[in-house]
Amino acid sequence: MTPVSLITHSVETTRALGGALAAILCEGDLIILSGDLGAGKTALAQGIGAGLGVSEPMLSPTFTVVREYIGRLPLQHLDVYRLGHLQEVLDLGIDEVLDIGVTIVEWGDAALDALGDERLEITISLLPDGADSDRLLVFQTFGEAWSSRSDDLQRLVGALQ
Amino acid sequence: MTTILGIETSCDETAAAVVVDGLDIRSNVISTQVELHARFGGVVPEVASRAHLESINAVITRALDEAGASLGDLDAVAACHGPGLAGALLVGVSAGKALALVLDVPYVGVHHLEAHLHAAWLEDPSVEMPMAVLLVSGGHTMIVSMEGTGRYRILGQTVDDAAGEAYDKVARALGLGYPGGPVIDRIAKDGDPNSVVFPRPMLNEGLDFSFSGLKTAVMLEIRRNPDRPAHDIAASFQEAVVETLVYKLEKAADQIGARTLVLGGGVAANSRLRARVAEVAEKSGRRALLPRHDLCTDNGAMIAAAAHFRLLSDGPTPLDDGAIPGLVLPSIA
Repeated sequence: MTPVSLITHSVETTRALGGALAAILCEGDLIILSGDLGAGKTALAQGIGAGLGVSEPMLSPTFTVVREYIGRLPLQHLDVYRLGHLQEVLDLGIDEVLDIGVTIVEWGDAALDALGDERLEITISLLPDGADSDRLLVFQTFGEAWSSRSDDLQRLVGALQ
Repeated sequence: MTTILGIETSCDETAAAVVVDGLDIRSNVISTQVELHARFGGVVPEVASRAHLESINAVITRALDEAGASLGDLDAVAACHGPGLAGALLVGVSAGKALALVLDVPYVGVHHLEAHLHAAWLEDPSVEMPMAVLLVSGGHTMIVSMEGTGRYRILGQTVDDAAGEAYDKVARALGLGYPGGPVIDRIAKDGDPNSVVFPRPMLNEGLDFSFSGLKTAVMLEIRRNPDRPAHDIAASFQEAVVETLVYKLEKAADQIGARTLVLGGGVAANSRLRARVAEVAEKSGRRALLPRHDLCTDNGAMIAAAAHFRLLSDGPTPLDDGAIPGLVLPSIA
């Protein structure tokens, strides 16, 4: 799929986008979030969680590496920033939990080989000349599980444009 | 006289202590893994578990030696059973249960945060209740009303990042390494806390905290003004964190009529936070109870102390109880 992109002008819109995305998520989905510290990965993950019906606050997974939530589907929120090597990701058994519910992995771009071929990658970045609250979000799907939903994805991104 | 061995392995400190009657600390041994985790920029769960396994026996032996006690002197063995990292908790819990079984004494599983709440008591058993306690570390940020042993009410907590985590992330962005707390505290002393006015998130929204937005504001400032000295950014960031923490702690104390402000957790070692809590306490005629460094950070003494009171109120913990990584602090209504 050609990457789909969108510029949001507030953290609330980034969160709303996560909520809209939650509506098309299925059991076994893997979402990889990339972007600098402070880009809004947590806000997007919180939006996805809210959209899935997670009622408790979604705390940062940085300290514990993984946090689990119960929504319409089980949600696993991981931050693998500190796991520099592929082997450490495998040691945690991350590949074994990917079938359960929805898994969001922050900083997962460094560990793609351990995470599988079926995934939605979302890259969030600040615009060089943009306002402080502007963010560019780029969506790219990989594998069959996502190619069948690329129209849905384009529609929900378009709705927020 | 009840002699309890307390074991703590919930995160990155392997710790054991011998405490008599819940108050008299006979030894308090802490083996830190900070250097081990520094190269990863934070605690890595699997690495932590292995390190605990390697040092647990030596730490327990040293705690007994320093207390001048032998295994036969123990009346109970306690271990932190949650919350924390699953693999890390298991090491302490397994060691505690094995010792209790072999010695034929009660095993007591202790809640990590309940233990932190007891650390203040270790400093001063005559402290007046209720206390407004601010627990701040890399994994937790909350304000608790402590009304007695086993009687706690969580008044507010973070909705995203813990304060200690914000320190780590800002230190990383400034290229200062891990852990972020001590180094930011140190360089902030040479900086101007008013050089950048960072947001005080959720200042007027109850007693909950949010530090994710503050972290983003610091990143944007670094991007916008790359030449601003790191010590000025560190000082300004620290001022925003400390002001938010202290403001809400005082507000909580007003709300529950507490005469004592208490600090606990690793961030309680921060010099600016300690100074500010002491200042606001004095101004409002309250008392500030600031436990010494080795009782603020994770330690075995607080586990043994909390276990003493748990054993009196609830009796031993069954040996088939395991480690509970997501254990919630039981709050009274």
